[in-house]
Amino acid sequence: MTSLSLQRLEKKLGGAPILRGIDLDVASGELVVLVGPSGCGKSTLLRTVAGLELPDAGTIRIGDRDVTLLPPRDRDVGMVFQSYALYPHLTVRENLAFGLTLRRTEAATVKARVEEVSSMLGLEKLLDRYPRDMSGGQRQRVAMGRAIARRPSLFLFDEPLSNLDAALRAEVRVEIKRLHARLAATMLYVTHDQVEAMTLADRLVVLRAGVVEQVGAPLDIYAEPASRFVAGFLGSPAMNFLAVRRERDRLLAPGVSLAIPSTLETPKELVLGVRPHDVRPTSEASALSFEVDVVEAMGFEAFAYGQIKDATHASPGTFIARLDEDALRTARHGARLALAVDRAHLFDAATEKAIGRLGFDGERQPSIEATP
Amino acid sequence: MSAREDTARQPRGSAIRGALVHAFLIAAVVFAVYPILWVIALAFSESVVPEARALPLPTNVSLDHFVAVIGRTDGEGRWMFARQLWSSAFVSIMTSVVAIAIATPAAYALSRFEFVGKDASVKSLLATQMFPGVAASVPLYLLLDAIGLLDTLSGLVLVYATSAVPFALFQLRGAFDAIPKELEEAAMVDGATRFGAFVRVALPAARPALAITALFAFMSAWNEFALAATFLTREEHYTLPILLQSYATEHDANLGHFAAGAILVSVPVMALFYVLQRQLIHGLTSGGVKG
Repeated sequence: MTSLSLQRLEKKLGGAPILRGIDLDVASGELVVLVGPSGCGKSTLLRTVAGLELPDAGTIRIGDRDVTLLPPRDRDVGMVFQSYALYPHLTVRENLAFGLTLRRTEAATVKARVEEVSSMLGLEKLLDRYPRDMSGGQRQRVAMGRAIARRPSLFLFDEPLSNLDAALRAEVRVEIKRLHARLAATMLYVTHDQVEAMTLADRLVVLRAGVVEQVGAPLDIYAEPASRFVAGFLGSPAMNFLAVRRERDRLLAPGVSLAIPSTLETPKELVLGVRPHDVRPTSEASALSFEVDVVEAMGFEAFAYGQIKDATHASPGTFIARLDEDALRTARHGARLALAVDRAHLFDAATEKAIGRLGFDGERQPSIEATP
Repeated sequence: MSAREDTARQPRGSAIRGALVHAFLIAAVVFAVYPILWVIALAFSESVVPEARALPLPTNVSLDHFVAVIGRTDGEGRWMFARQLWSSAFVSIMTSVVAIAIATPAAYALSRFEFVGKDASVKSLLATQMFPGVAASVPLYLLLDAIGLLDTLSGLVLVYATSAVPFALFQLRGAFDAIPKELEEAAMVDGATRFGAFVRVALPAARPALAITALFAFMSAWNEFALAATFLTREEHYTLPILLQSYATEHDANLGHFAAGAILVSVPVMALFYVLQRQLIHGLTSGGVKG
């Protein structure tokens, strides 16, 4: 059982700063997911922890060892690559045993480990096959098995599911979660997929342009995003953002009129964030006036895409709203829906930092649910 | 044209096209194979001079030409064919070995590492490939003479290496470029050193390319005539192409011997192709990483 600690980690690639002072502590046995858009530095961070890249500044500690300058082989980490990176000239059995054989492990131990890992991952019947004779899902499992067989003190996953189809991805995701529970291992997992991030993580780290934007439990980050970036990154469909102005105890924009607590101190220019799931079509006087453009109904859920608009067709932006069954019957291209807001987020338009989360009890009673 | 006409016409159109393609391919095969069949017919005939015949069939089948070529001895009774076969084999195998031994690590370094002078060295190597080997024969002759390697097989190996090494280098660099570097990274995380990752993962993954490159180096040396004829003077050092040429001079033409010799020279190359065909067809890297 081993912890991981990164301090002020910096890395430039080709002169461009990729990691700009990353601090992160992963507790022993914890599964931490690094998430962010492409180019945010999450893969570079993982490769730096693995020793495949050397940091320009900062320290990396695995357990009580400073491994900052150690080569990969001396760090005792196991890594699962996005491309699987199975050795094409070796059978599954040899792939699983590779790391153990390199470390001159006794043959009996190697055999026992290979058997243990292959039964854990259901690879028994594939042991004598070559990687080229297997499906993507099977290769992926062999890649995980190869990391597990060595019993490293830290597991690193670099977008391991992104080459699998959707059904298989869901299956392997559950399998990884199960493995984590069973091995009680420390894991650092990189993905750009927010479903993986939300479902797998004990703790989520949102990276943006080489900087940690927010760290926390997935549901906490979802509920209380610290910035407009995080709010827009997590959630599907993404959070709606509307540029609004504060006028005493109201937020105003064309098609928007929302009461806020007069005690809440804010700048004048704000961004209102509303998740598609946090609005309800209503027949009463409403906060948002929504003109439907396209409706997507999936059976279990329906979304309307369109714009918030006032009578003069001025608009603060596009909007996506979840529809209930009643609204679904009437919503079609050009229809206007009145939307009531159950919950909203407020961001400073200038800094994009979160100011507060608003709850609307009934229709008219705004309250501050949380302030960062 | 309506969609219906289109679908009705397509089978007939493609049948005619198929027939044309096949006719062309058959003509091409005949064009390529006919001279070879003719050489075979000549080699197995009794006659010394080819008769004007359309079909490549031997007249009076006999192995006389082969017996004569293989059994040839010089004035002192030394078995020349065996010595010359040994010359050819030694020079070809050593050229291949030298080319692979030097080019493999160099190609790997060019593929994987950044270092000062990388571009310049690649360009200068490429420049050496612009000139035909024969153009360098005079300076090479003087060099070999100076170091006492004229008329030696090792000297000829060195001469062949000057073109075999750069060729192998470019072939293998392409092969290493095609191997995903994640394979070696995985090996290093698994406990291998940088060199270990090269030996245990990159080399086995490059095996098909190594086989092809070795085969090409072998073949170019095995078939080469001009340089061998320039640098080798004693008959017992001759490689087989020089022997072949001696059967087709203007003073002493024995085309039956020449044909039999040509077949004997071709057999080892064909055998090598046969043995290596699995490697040639089948890229071993397939399946290691998601394409």
